[in-house]
Amino acid sequence: MKYFHLIWASLFRRKTRTILTLVSIVAAFLLFGLLDAVRDSFAQAGHSAAGVQRLQTGSRLSFIQTLPQALGAQIETVPGVKAVAYANWFGGAYQDPHKQVFTFAVSPNYLDMYPEIEISPEQHKAFDETPTGAVAGEVIAKRYGWKIGDKIPLQSQIFPNKEGSKNWSFDLVGILRAKDRKSGGFFDGLFLLHWRNFDETTPYNRGTVGWYVTRVADVNQADRVAKAIDALSANSDHETKTQTEQAATASWMKQLVDIGLLVGSIMGAVFFTLLLLTGNTMMQAVRERTSEIAVLRTIGFSSVSVLGMVLAESVLLLLLGGLVGLGLVSVLAPVITEASGRVVNLPSVGASSWILGLGLMLAIGLLVGALPAWRAMRLNVVAALAAG
Amino acid sequence: MTALVEIRNVSKVYTRGTQKVEVLHHIDLDIASGDFLALMGPSGSGKTTLLNLIGGLDSPTEGSVTVAGQRIDKLGQGALSKWRASNVGFIFQVYNLLPMLSAQKNVELPLLLTKFGAAQRRKNAAIALQLVGLADRATHRPTELSGGQQQRVAIARAIVSDPMLLVCDEPTGDLDRQSAEDVLRLLQTLNRDHGKTIVMVTHDPKAAEYARHTLHLDKGTLVEAAQAA
Repeated sequence: MKYFHLIWASLFRRKTRTILTLVSIVAAFLLFGLLDAVRDSFAQAGHSAAGVQRLQTGSRLSFIQTLPQALGAQIETVPGVKAVAYANWFGGAYQDPHKQVFTFAVSPNYLDMYPEIEISPEQHKAFDETPTGAVAGEVIAKRYGWKIGDKIPLQSQIFPNKEGSKNWSFDLVGILRAKDRKSGGFFDGLFLLHWRNFDETTPYNRGTVGWYVTRVADVNQADRVAKAIDALSANSDHETKTQTEQAATASWMKQLVDIGLLVGSIMGAVFFTLLLLTGNTMMQAVRERTSEIAVLRTIGFSSVSVLGMVLAESVLLLLLGGLVGLGLVSVLAPVITEASGRVVNLPSVGASSWILGLGLMLAIGLLVGALPAWRAMRLNVVAALAAG
Repeated sequence: MTALVEIRNVSKVYTRGTQKVEVLHHIDLDIASGDFLALMGPSGSGKTTLLNLIGGLDSPTEGSVTVAGQRIDKLGQGALSKWRASNVGFIFQVYNLLPMLSAQKNVELPLLLTKFGAAQRRKNAAIALQLVGLADRATHRPTELSGGQQQRVAIARAIVSDPMLLVCDEPTGDLDRQSAEDVLRLLQTLNRDHGKTIVMVTHDPKAAEYARHTLHLDKGTLVEAAQAA
């Protein structure tokens, strides 16, 4: 601590250069924090207390392959199965193809499988009794100004109706919301319609479903039940893969995009660039101070002290930029979540992200400081003083 | 007076590529405690090398350097750093102040190596600045000071930890005549009134007049000794 003012003064000896380097570090750690939050958000998808009781059964080949509806009745006969529901991906968009809406065509008991979704009994009943009815998450309804009783035109990206048009229309009969406000972003953005209406309207479906949702009686028997369900379709043209909801969601998302690999690759490139940039700044900063370092050594600072001061300067640079960057993420994540109507549900920077971030700051700081610190330590004082 | 610095049969050889250059040849020299010695000689005569050996910045290739009874040529790098911190004050031609620190903080630098707390460091630095006549410039950065003032800050830095020996390498080389005289008078005061032993390298015969003794070096050998008036 005694040397802190000296380290601080050295760091800001060239203010413009240091501030520009700090801005790069802030940007890198801001990106790290946001991408880590996105990764975390993806990892959290499918995690819920009720979710552990649910299994998802989809095609072994790909999530776009459908399964026969008749399989549902067979799954119900598997010992340990309490209830079975099913759903299809609809691929809806509102008004323009860029305004994507998470739309599922679902079986009549689908909502009963999700106790974490809240809907009033009257609206639930109205949905059950209206073949062309639909229910929407409160966030998506609010965003597009939908009210109960409205006719909602949706364009399917995949399925045409009987007339061959991809423009469909549904009667909004209910608004659903997630009971858990923190992790309910997904449900609040959902749009559910009846599978039967969907199946009877589009010539493309023909009695198939996208996936089954099974509630098991005993969580400890989930593995056995999953294997028994898959055994039903073994060696058929529609072999299945049954997993916990969490694993299925992760696998589904991985088929869309391997977010971990993507985030890792981007951050690898960002931190590699940061390494070169801050490394160059530190090398230049120490090279410029050769005679000053020689003076410190002359008046009695040991070579180890000089090594420590240069390393501390480098770590301080990274810590300043990194902490500001991650601090900004803490401020921005809730703002982004709210601005997106909680469709993008970015968690704020958690303890693990802070620990990983601090670890990166220390590691990069030590790494970029190592060479200039080593050179400062090995400085030939007499030659440096003579060179002026 | 007893000898503070004893140099015996000292030679210094530098290796430049495949060539060996002998800068000092078998020097024998005693510097008494309380002396003010001027080392003169042409460029390349070995003045600065001898000064660096006396200040513990460099080690002889051959021979011994003893300061206050301690063989400093036998000390390792770490021990030599500690020895310099408590026994020697350095004054350079180009001042070598840290530009991002105030005069006060520059003077405090050697005290960072002591066990003094912040308040004591501030107090000692203020006294040193007062001694060199710059108490009112304590908060100024080096760029806000004239050359003479910067050199006086450097002198304050050299004396703040109360070393017994001051080594000065061309301390007036970059100064105008008036500033140079101020600095030399200050060194003389430190020698006469505060008992500091001073070894000063200079090209300037007028500067050497402020010393008690002058020694001349030529091609690495002591060639002449003169007593100041």
